[in-house]
Amino acid sequence: MARDNVVAGATSAPPGEATGTATATVAPRVGDDAPRPDGIPKATGRFAFSSDLWIDGMLWGRTLRSPHPAARVRSIDVAPALALPGVWAVLTAADVPGRPTFGLEVPDQPVLAGDVVRYHGEPVAAVAADHPETARAAAEAVIVDYEPLTPLVDPAAALGSPPIHPDGNLFRHLPIRHGDPGATGTVVVEGEYEVGMQDQAFLGPESGLAVPADDGGVDLYVATQWLHVDRDQVAASLGLPVERVRLHLAGVGGAFGGREDVSLQIHLCLLALRTGRPVKMVYSRDESFFGHVHRHPARMWYRHHATAEGDLVKIEARILLDGGAYLSSSNAVISNAACFAPGPYRVPNAVIDGYVVRTNNPPCGAMRGFGSVQVCYGHEAQMDKLAAAIGVDPVALRARNALHRGDRLVTGQVLTGAVPVREVIRAAAARPLPAPADPDGPVIARPGGAGLTADPEDITRGVGFALSIKNVAYSEGYDDYATARLRLEAGAGGEPVATVVVATAEVGQGFVTLAGQIVGEELGVERVVLAPAGTAEVGSAGSSSASRQTWVSGGALQLACAAVRAELVSRAASKWACPTDAVEVSPGALRRSDTLERAGWAELLHPPIEVEEVYHHRPTRALDADGQGDAHLAMMFAAHRAVVDVDRGLGLVRVVQVATGQDVGRALNPLQVTGQIEGGIAQGVGLAVMEEIVLDTGRVRNPSFTDYLIPTTLDMPVVDAVLVQEPEPGAPYGAKGVGEPPAISSGPAVLAAIRDATGLPLSRVPVRPADIALADPSG
Amino acid sequence: MVRIARPVTVDEAVEALSEEPGAQLLAGGTDFCVEVNFGHRRPPAVVALRRVDELTHREVTDEVVTLGAGVTYSDLVGPLSGVVPALTAAARSVGSPQIRNAGTIGGNLATASPAGDTLPVLAALGARVGLRGPGGERTVALEDLVTGVKRTSIRPDELIVEVAVPRVRGSQQFVKVGTRNAMVIAIASAAVVLDRDRREVRCALGSVAPVPLRVPLAEASMADAIDWERMAAPAAALTSFGEIAAEAAAPISDHRSTAAYRRRAVAVICERAMRRCLRDAG
Ligand SMILES: Cc1cc2nc3c(=O)[nH]c(=O)nc-3n(C[C@H](O)[C@H](O)[C@H](O)COP(=O)(O)OP(=O)(O)OC[C@H]3O[C@@H](n4cnc5c(N)ncnc54)[C@H](O)[C@@H]3O)c2cc1C
Repeated sequence: MARDNVVAGATSAPPGEATGTATATVAPRVGDDAPRPDGIPKATGRFAFSSDLWIDGMLWGRTLRSPHPAARVRSIDVAPALALPGVWAVLTAADVPGRPTFGLEVPDQPVLAGDVVRYHGEPVAAVAADHPETARAAAEAVIVDYEPLTPLVDPAAALGSPPIHPDGNLFRHLPIRHGDPGATGTVVVEGEYEVGMQDQAFLGPESGLAVPADDGGVDLYVATQWLHVDRDQVAASLGLPVERVRLHLAGVGGAFGGREDVSLQIHLCLLALRTGRPVKMVYSRDESFFGHVHRHPARMWYRHHATAEGDLVKIEARILLDGGAYLSSSNAVISNAACFAPGPYRVPNAVIDGYVVRTNNPPCGAMRGFGSVQVCYGHEAQMDKLAAAIGVDPVALRARNALHRGDRLVTGQVLTGAVPVREVIRAAAARPLPAPADPDGPVIARPGGAGLTADPEDITRGVGFALSIKNVAYSEGYDDYATARLRLEAGAGGEPVATVVVATAEVGQGFVTLAGQIVGEELGVERVVLAPAGTAEVGSAGSSSASRQTWVSGGALQLACAAVRAELVSRAASKWACPTDAVEVSPGALRRSDTLERAGWAELLHPPIEVEEVYHHRPTRALDADGQGDAHLAMMFAAHRAVVDVDRGLGLVRVVQVATGQDVGRALNPLQVTGQIEGGIAQGVGLAVMEEIVLDTGRVRNPSFTDYLIPTTLDMPVVDAVLVQEPEPGAPYGAKGVGEPPAISSGPAVLAAIRDATGLPLSRVPVRPADIALADPSG
Repeated sequence: MVRIARPVTVDEAVEALSEEPGAQLLAGGTDFCVEVNFGHRRPPAVVALRRVDELTHREVTDEVVTLGAGVTYSDLVGPLSGVVPALTAAARSVGSPQIRNAGTIGGNLATASPAGDTLPVLAALGARVGLRGPGGERTVALEDLVTGVKRTSIRPDELIVEVAVPRVRGSQQFVKVGTRNAMVIAIASAAVVLDRDRREVRCALGSVAPVPLRVPLAEASMADAIDWERMAAPAAALTSFGEIAAEAAAPISDHRSTAAYRRRAVAVICERAMRRCLRDAG
């Protein structure tokens, strides 16, 4: 029966059709509300996700994972698993032919654990069998002899503890010393803050299909954020040249940073090459919680100094992030956390120390907001404390200290781009407040929702405000680029057809509409085809993360459009034997300005025009020993005002409304920007009031959607968004990224609103009902 | 291979259960399939109940509401809405629309989770559960059906046919606490019933003990404090009703919450549920 279930549950889409990115769009222009071609298919269940991949004769892969957060592996006996009928391969660390480790920044994580496991869920063996149930049984049949060790689970103890990895327990200490470290203010406020471990909780579990190729290489269809960096890591561990490892993007069911690291990619390819058969793997929901990195939990200490009037004088901060067992992108996360520790405020003097350490907790890495989220809880609580200490309005205090163009960050970097901090504050603050709670309104709309817990007299309303700052794209000197190929040819009816070839992973951010919008804008071409993304077809686009693809892949495509146009002009000029500056281009046609001779594009598209362009954003620089340097490309700002209803007796919360002003540079697809804002706010609200991976001495206690709670419709506030459009100089079309800011300050605004409603200090997220209901009201 | 029986009558279902040793009943599958997915359940044979129309019967008389085991939460929220108001409230709090469309009251009873949301309501209302096996029919009180955490007195060759819920003149409430505003497992829940004819208060708690927990001391003290003519009670009596109920609770600490919070929650929701009952009645 189980077998029938599996067959019935899958589609029979061949890999090529399952990529879900090949689309034709009617060319809208930049700035239009272009609808997503994959929107309706996703809503109606017709979109092929990576979990729908299917090829006849494929095997099913499965991972065996460590039940211990720390243990020595004395021995692994795979014989009982191999003895099961239908089992094709059982691989352990010894079977990795190439580099035994992988990692985004430094390859410090074993493909399969060798003599030691360092976190609960670390892969120990990979199995392929002819049926998923057989694969499951085989994984269970592997006998691993573990000697459990005492796990290192307290990040504060990591530096003083014996190393749990040859690379040591400190990933990075980033000190920032700016201005006069001895400066003091007349008003000083201090606080400690804590952020729990959030998960990306994407809905499409990790999944992929590896198909062995005739050249001894492998084709891997997989949902990922960055095809080329996956390819490089897979090839290194397979011991193959990168050309023989071809990655193809399969339909991605959400990412949010959780697909930046390798999960099943290497295991799948190892199994396919070992068995000579295609191998598919789909993580179950619980395995998914072990299969990707999480947001770093943080402990923060802050001391703000200000003048009696409320001008910030100095910020002192110590930030400790728990990186978990392996590095992932921890070094970049702590960089953001330290650089943006003050928030979007002018701070002449700063003493900041950021630390990220190794523990036996689950590895942490990229997640939407990337280091800015954690510190936002700290700096925004501090601004509220400071406002209270001085006796001024917290929003006015923020406006007073807001960064301007020309100001310096605490890294010494002068802000030369758009810095509309006051504008986002004004936009959010000006939105009408929601009507007071209606005592006769539906009980289900109150805190406690469908549990019908609250009557009007049980509810207090609170309002909170928060600001955030986040960088666009990669920082600290990283050569951050994207590649785009563009082909222009004549269609059957002579109409121009543009084909965009990029390795830009569509993870929901919307490059699927933007590609057509950019080509429509630049060339006026109506028929634009976005080819499936793959590593064999085109160079790297970099990662779909850091709010960067609109800028970087958008920039590459804009360059490609310009190159196509130049080639058209040059072909016309040689046809007419005239100088190129005598050729005028309009959509579909060319004209010679002196003779008024005309030609249609179709005449000039034999052979088709094909160009490839690489876009690099302005270089950034490393930070020096004092954390000083022009490390970042550009800044995004957002303001959020949250209105919450709190049931003090039960500690339950209903977020009623979030108003936001967001600095977007320019909205290239306002419909999609609004979608990003709503989705980001859902994740921000989630971290504030419910989302947390609960650990018990390194063990994950809630790896399921039964117990890892994410907001439902009844938890989602009304969103009132204002797009603040001040074009960013140097950015294609003036657009900044938009994906991350909504997930950053929305949560701190919610927390501030809960503080306002309850009068409790509440310094930890997510706020648990007990934190409110059992709090001592005297503080 | 898993053998699947698809009976269309209760008798056929009973027969199929007896014929296939180890066979397990499948109703809406909302508990069953989760356990299969987690590898906690590997049934050698399945008796699927969806085609058994008898199990979806319902009957409302002045004395009793009889609900077939196959009645879904959506039925309770929709066609049967308000017939047993606390049960409707409990049903509305269950899962998402998809779960409410599939999940049945019989499945909730048979799973017998401490967090099963219909259980405290049925306990407070004194419901009786009808079972059928090869030896015929028997009925048991809810308290005798649910014997422990996910343990029942249902025999392997029996199935739940129906549950009979006595009608009570007076108001009733169900309140459930979870860390999310919908689709959440109860951290604590309470059903409170005012029986005006008998001048009784009945209250049962969910998620704070291995089984749905009646709280007789709290019930008695509240019944004494109520002015049954005016349907009113002093505020202090409501508070102490909650406190006495909370003392009776036997909550645990786990990854969902702590015992201390669950106990506090019981006090709060019992007080509020009673306050609402009196408001409704007054
Ligand atoms: C996402 C999700 C959310 C949920 N939320 C809630 C919630 O908020 N509150 C809550 O209480 N529950 C919740 N549940 C649990 C579940 O929906 C209920 O317990 C449901 O009532 C089970 O009924 P079913 O018809 O699906 O039973 P099934 O899953 O088919 O069966 C459950 C058990 O009952 C047995 N069984 C079924 N019918 C009979 C019968 N007639 N006689 C004897 N045994 C029988 C089965 O053999 C099995 O052991 C949720 C489940 C999911 C997946």
